[in-house]
Amino acid sequence: MSQKIFISGCGMISSIGNNVAESLDALLKLEHGIRPVEILETKHKGKIPVGEVRSSNEALIEQLGLQWKAGHSRTTLLGTIAAREALQNSQVDLKDGLRTGLISATTVGGIDQSEDFYKEFLKDPTKGRLRHISKHDCGDSTENIAEDLGIYHFVSTISTACSSSANSIMMGARMIKHNLLDRVLVGGTDSLTRYTLNGFNALKILDSEHCKSFDQNRNGLNLGEGAAFILLESEKSIRQRKYKPICELTGYGNSNDAYHQTASSPEGKGALSAMKIALKKSQLNNNDIDYVNAHGTATFINDLSEGNALMTLFNDRIPEIGSTKAFTGHTLAAAGSIEAVLSILSLKHGFIPPNLNFSQVMEEVNILPVKKLLTNIKIKHILSNSFGFGGNCSSLIISKL
Amino acid sequence: MNIYINVLGNVSPQVTTDNADFLTEPVNKQDTSFACIDPDYKSILQKANLRRMSRLIKFGMYSAQQCLIDSKVENLDAIITGTGLGCLKDTEKFLIDIYGNDEGVLSPTKFMQSTHNTLSGQIALMLNCEQYNFTYVHRGASFESALLDGIMLIEEEANNILVGGLDELTDTYLAVTKRMKMWRRDAISQLDLFSNKQSGSIAGEGASFFMLSKEQSSTSYAKIKGLKILFKPKSIETIYGEMQALIQDAGLEMGAIDVVVLGMNGDQEQDKLYDELIERYFQDKQLTAFKHLCGEYKTASAFGLWTAAQMLGKQNIPEVLKLNKSASPILKNVLVYNCYNNSNHSLLLLQDVNA
Amino acid sequence: MEEIIEKLKVQLIDQLNLEDFKPSDIDADEALFDSRLGLDSIDALEIIVLLEREYGIKVLNQEDGQKIFKSVRSIAEHISANKEV
Repeated sequence: MSQKIFISGCGMISSIGNNVAESLDALLKLEHGIRPVEILETKHKGKIPVGEVRSSNEALIEQLGLQWKAGHSRTTLLGTIAAREALQNSQVDLKDGLRTGLISATTVGGIDQSEDFYKEFLKDPTKGRLRHISKHDCGDSTENIAEDLGIYHFVSTISTACSSSANSIMMGARMIKHNLLDRVLVGGTDSLTRYTLNGFNALKILDSEHCKSFDQNRNGLNLGEGAAFILLESEKSIRQRKYKPICELTGYGNSNDAYHQTASSPEGKGALSAMKIALKKSQLNNNDIDYVNAHGTATFINDLSEGNALMTLFNDRIPEIGSTKAFTGHTLAAAGSIEAVLSILSLKHGFIPPNLNFSQVMEEVNILPVKKLLTNIKIKHILSNSFGFGGNCSSLIISKL
Repeated sequence: MNIYINVLGNVSPQVTTDNADFLTEPVNKQDTSFACIDPDYKSILQKANLRRMSRLIKFGMYSAQQCLIDSKVENLDAIITGTGLGCLKDTEKFLIDIYGNDEGVLSPTKFMQSTHNTLSGQIALMLNCEQYNFTYVHRGASFESALLDGIMLIEEEANNILVGGLDELTDTYLAVTKRMKMWRRDAISQLDLFSNKQSGSIAGEGASFFMLSKEQSSTSYAKIKGLKILFKPKSIETIYGEMQALIQDAGLEMGAIDVVVLGMNGDQEQDKLYDELIERYFQDKQLTAFKHLCGEYKTASAFGLWTAAQMLGKQNIPEVLKLNKSASPILKNVLVYNCYNNSNHSLLLLQDVNA
Repeated sequence: MEEIIEKLKVQLIDQLNLEDFKPSDIDADEALFDSRLGLDSIDALEIIVLLEREYGIKVLNQEDGQKIFKSVRSIAEHISANKEV
């Protein structure tokens, strides 16, 4: 079970771009995707700032060349775009006899469709289009993507709140190590919905302005939407098709904070434990990590908790730290895989995007995130964090070949 | 592969909370859906924690706690759950709140409680367990995905893992799925579900938990010898081929299988698959079913596993489970086959702990 | 004031699912948080919802909330001082 896990392709869509190339361009030009709600039909339209993919469902369907009557949820549409790109990018032939799986992650599933259904159903229980509600569950988007791509060997879905897609990456890697799959497309997809927008609003953790991760005056998160997938491949698969992968997934760790249902422990015990497990798995030392793509949601408690965990772990030698949430918004289940793709770009092109909007170090913990775009730097190992409700904490380590 | 199922926890529409008992007095309700029999939650769960819990979380926590108490395991290495629809009731409540208040001032508790990983998180919180914690949400493969993960963890380095599957019935879910013609129109006696096949199954719910361990214990029920999850297999031959491969991988042959546990649900269309499998391959096998006892839901296969583990542990097949009468006095190898909505199929091979 | 207190107790029990408590079990002056009632930060958000929906009173920041939500009496006093007439 000691074999390597290669990353041979990636795809993503979010408020900073419809594909990987556009996303890279946006990061290098420091163009974030946070604006007041524009596409989502909600009372908060034009008010709450979010990271929205600025295409209507109709436009996404046209982009994909699908039939409108299939009635897909936005989560399916975003996921299919990113998954198709990842497969294309890795130049893999699914009919070469090797075993390919798909593990996706989502928190909202097709709830955007359920919202439309409920509006009618609540007025009259014989009303509401059944096609809408049949898309409600989380497995729906995954199965749609699997069938679109023709992946049948193993198909599953994970939902662990904001750490969901980091966990699908982890599960995929383990299935390769257990020789249950030769390669697996892993990632996650979540669309913006009235459900999540109003939910986070009710929890009073949405900033009414552009979010400020790790800043003393941070005031909450900006929600986002999007999807990202990466193709993980075994040594056997890479050898058989003589392909040069982009990089390697060397470590992963999963832990539970076991502190409170929604809030993280102030000292960040779950976060610390997940990072430690990932480091151990990768057989690297703290000193080997060049950059941490932090979870950094900009809520009061996450940044305090994560900051403390980072200080405890790295002690006197702190690597570059930054959150990319101010670029994309917090894309919930997709965040882990979107940030994995952004980390892959950092490795490949030797840059670290800045932690936007930072000006003042937190009183409680001395974390100084990356202030300006760093280019032409050598990066070998990146640690990427994703933490969520229910105490779910996950960390990934992505390394140069 | 030797993974032991050492302890069970089960809240269902049957009397299943006492592990010493194995369906000695089956409940035979006449209804249009089968809901769980609520146990006395306060007997093993802390009162203060109950106030925010929906029914799903309550019966899920009860089932998990039952497993934990009986196993006496102190250092749990992982908590893994599978749920097809998650915290449906709280999701519905929050949706209703959104429209009832026109996206105005909303109560956050329902939202917070509605995430799919609520139960795994709550169990971790109750036990102060900082270990591996996962939730799978893939339709009729949700529980099986959790089980597969648990098996992999034990093969890696874990010793004791809590794995469970759970889903709840709600009035809205019933109203909607009735319109989709998923269920029988009229009330039916549970035990008549298979003798009277028509269009539609019967909706159910439940939470079944299992303590998986690397080592055998005095309470061990069965060993897991193999698990395979299939997504839309092409044909019945493919399914049977996968069954043979699973059995061969465990060093056995089809002839060694003493019982086949089937997930048929009484819907005449969906059950054609099981009927054909029986006719072509399992004529001489002892066959059992379970969905007439728990109803159909996305994680009903967890209840199916509970029946298989109990059979092996107690070396007894209650009459209420039997589909035919070819008695095999010794139970060594049991194959569980479940299919959900013609899409998610699973094959699970269990063996007697002493085999 | 006593009238508001009694009504508020019923509303709090309902909003916060304090199913093991009756209005008479709660003392108007006892601490709501970090106490035997076991309320936490999520309950504070629920009380904000309750005040806004039932009394049209907005509590905008957490520091105000901490003072106002000390006891049933302190909430009742805030209601009587701010209630739209």
